[in-house]
Amino acid sequence: MQMPTPNAAILARKDQIVKRLQSVLPEGAVVHDPFETRAYECDALTAYKCPPLCAVLPASTAEVSAVMRICHEEGVPVVPRGAGTSLAGGALPTADSVILGVARLNDVLETDFANRIIRVQSGRTNLSVTGAVEEEGFFYAPDPSSQLACAIAGNIAMNSGGAHCLKYGVTTNNLMGVTMVMADGEVVEIGGAHLDAGGLDLLGLICGSEGQLGIVTEATLRILAKPEGARPVLVGFDSNEVAGHCVSDIIKSGILPVAIEFMDRPCIRATEAFAGAGYPDCEALLIIEVEGSEAEIDDQLSRIVEIAKRHNPVELRESTSAEESAKIWLGRKSAFGAMGQINDYMCLDGTIPVSELPLVLRRIGEMSKEYGLDVGNVFHAGDGNMHPLILFDANKPGDLEKCEAFGADILKLCVEVGGCLTGEHGVGVEKRDLMVSQYNQSDLEIQLAVKDVFDPDWLMNPAKVFPLSTTETRRAS
Amino acid sequence: MTPTTETELAEAIAAANGPLRIRGGGTRDIGAPVDGAPLTTAGLTGVTLYEPGALTLVVQAGTPLDEVEALLAAEGQRLAFEPGDMRALLGTEGTPTIGGVIATNASGPRRIQAGAARDFCLGVRFVDGQGQVLKNGGRVMKNVTGYDLVKLMTGSWGTLGVMTEVSLKVLAIPETEATLVCADESAETAVASMAAALGSPFDVTGAAMMNGQTMIRVEGLEQSVAYRAKALQDGVLQGFDIVEGAASARMWADLRDLTPFAGKEGAVWRISVKPSDGPALVRELGALSPEAIFDWGGGLVWLRVADEEDAGAQMIRNDLSHMGGHATLVRASAATRAAVPVFHPEPAPLAALSRGLRAKFDPRGILNPGLMGA
Repeated sequence: MQMPTPNAAILARKDQIVKRLQSVLPEGAVVHDPFETRAYECDALTAYKCPPLCAVLPASTAEVSAVMRICHEEGVPVVPRGAGTSLAGGALPTADSVILGVARLNDVLETDFANRIIRVQSGRTNLSVTGAVEEEGFFYAPDPSSQLACAIAGNIAMNSGGAHCLKYGVTTNNLMGVTMVMADGEVVEIGGAHLDAGGLDLLGLICGSEGQLGIVTEATLRILAKPEGARPVLVGFDSNEVAGHCVSDIIKSGILPVAIEFMDRPCIRATEAFAGAGYPDCEALLIIEVEGSEAEIDDQLSRIVEIAKRHNPVELRESTSAEESAKIWLGRKSAFGAMGQINDYMCLDGTIPVSELPLVLRRIGEMSKEYGLDVGNVFHAGDGNMHPLILFDANKPGDLEKCEAFGADILKLCVEVGGCLTGEHGVGVEKRDLMVSQYNQSDLEIQLAVKDVFDPDWLMNPAKVFPLSTTETRRAS
Repeated sequence: MTPTTETELAEAIAAANGPLRIRGGGTRDIGAPVDGAPLTTAGLTGVTLYEPGALTLVVQAGTPLDEVEALLAAEGQRLAFEPGDMRALLGTEGTPTIGGVIATNASGPRRIQAGAARDFCLGVRFVDGQGQVLKNGGRVMKNVTGYDLVKLMTGSWGTLGVMTEVSLKVLAIPETEATLVCADESAETAVASMAAALGSPFDVTGAAMMNGQTMIRVEGLEQSVAYRAKALQDGVLQGFDIVEGAASARMWADLRDLTPFAGKEGAVWRISVKPSDGPALVRELGALSPEAIFDWGGGLVWLRVADEEDAGAQMIRNDLSHMGGHATLVRASAATRAAVPVFHPEPAPLAALSRGLRAKFDPRGILNPGLMGA
């Protein structure tokens, strides 16, 4: 994986740049000691590391604006960082860049239950947004699995999803407004407590733009009333294909579960060995969760069970209590940890049309043999968002490269069958060079033109999302 | 011009030497009048792909909306964002198209619960102002690959590009629905009732006040609807009556299509505000003697006023500059629409971004120029 050569002129001016940044921030908010900047050398894609020129930790929109103005004047690239949980390298610095971390922007600014909104500073963690409203019976719906740690700023940058988005949508469907600092330090307000834009949908454009169009410092989020309850059913099948058909039939029946999770045999075995959730030893397993009152849940689950039975399940376990629900979810929730115990792994994020599930799983199995690397599949089946986990040994020379090549082949397959490279993690650096398999040159050029409008000097997270060769002249100018 | 293929459409735009007036079926005649050669997508019809088990539909932009809805209904599905038919309100003729729905982000009462057209559009193919065919998004429900130009195109009223094909997420038609109604609430009390219902766990899919009647809708499986309607009636909506099935559906169709305003004269505004601000806004505009319909829990105010002078534009937008929100003049005489900005003027920095984007997508400025304002 290649990153641009750092600008020597910027490296040479480090002291001067740090001094200017210190002049607009409180003491301790500029991290520049080469030992300390290593804390910012990577995000959750740990295979690639590079300490930044320095990191800044502003605590207000005004401070962010002051930082951006200086970086703009100095021509220094800025890499925004939420909580650093990106699996795609979205917050990976270059040596000549300033990391702008939002960790100190973590206040709740307003809760308004009559209007069902919360306004927060963007460094606030996802789960703590729900934490701020749950006593009143509300929650914030998008729930990426990193929700304990990940920040709203990163959720907005990557348009994060989660297990429950089949019913509630992803970040973009729950974001109502932002305060954003532009590349030159100008502060803009987009959207707010009202729905939908009067003019062009700039909010929709900003969500998912991976920190390349501006720094979101505050966000107005939609909150929802918590349902009365939720319960899952677990169904085991002796083939992936049949499990795939069952998913499709449930969706066609008109029931909208909040989550349909899928695990294949390698993943089931690994989690059983790790967590002992009592899963059946079968080819494919579905966890389907529905919400409502007790009676509503019973009604929906009985309809789902009826559909599942038509597909000859090898196991059918309907939860009747909170304890049983927890046990059903235990294996799924420990799947990543279980795979991690076996070896290093790389987690992919391609999305496919649900109808292509059996074909894609079969091809992944074949490729796994060709590459000689094991892979387990655990994913959100309702919306086709796959998370193949490829196991490799980071200490074995050549294994990482082999794993990346395998991953790239899987993602290209996702695009081939009508899907996309990334469903919720973002492109970052990880999938940057694969963008050409999904979009042709004109499709990419219009996206680059959008960035030209927001960030004419290409200083915001410039080495991400697009293949470096397509952005080279823009970054150099 | 009525091209019948994407290639023809692209060639027509590339060859254009002046402004184009872009239309689907021409039934949503909103915006500043555009002086240009007519170009319609009505000739681009047909379903590219429909997978009920994946909740996805890919369809050509000019396909009539009623054909799309009939196709989905045959599989027990629908467009959950509930796009309205504006013909009666606007006095237009023609056939609404799916492309027109997406280009205008037309979203009905269910927007508060299910989302807007922009939330159900998964992918677009479009021709930009230079005649280039471009695509963004795809046909899967979760997709964060590159920038989300799908949202940008949705609601861009043909000013960034001409859509040729859209991919949509569809949802099942629920078994049944019920509406809780109450006839004698003030607007303030009605919006408070709506807030209480929307803040309950009972998954309300519509909250409005029309013809002086508060309306709260629940939809879903039969047992569940009965349970939730009763729970609301016993709880936060005491004194409300329950209207079921077809009678309930008729009320929401009337709201969606603005039937109460259809036969009446005057200018009509569509105003989006913080829900609790809706009644206060209408009160402050008393000098205009407005007739108001509240949707979206109070957050969408349809306002009928006399089509005189600026149709209240200055007063309305002045109030909104304090409250937050935006107002679109959806119905007025050609003279009023030429004199008053139909779309809410954007603050300077956002207007600069919009101008910059239009200059990239349509450098010659030929696609519905001026329709959304400068």
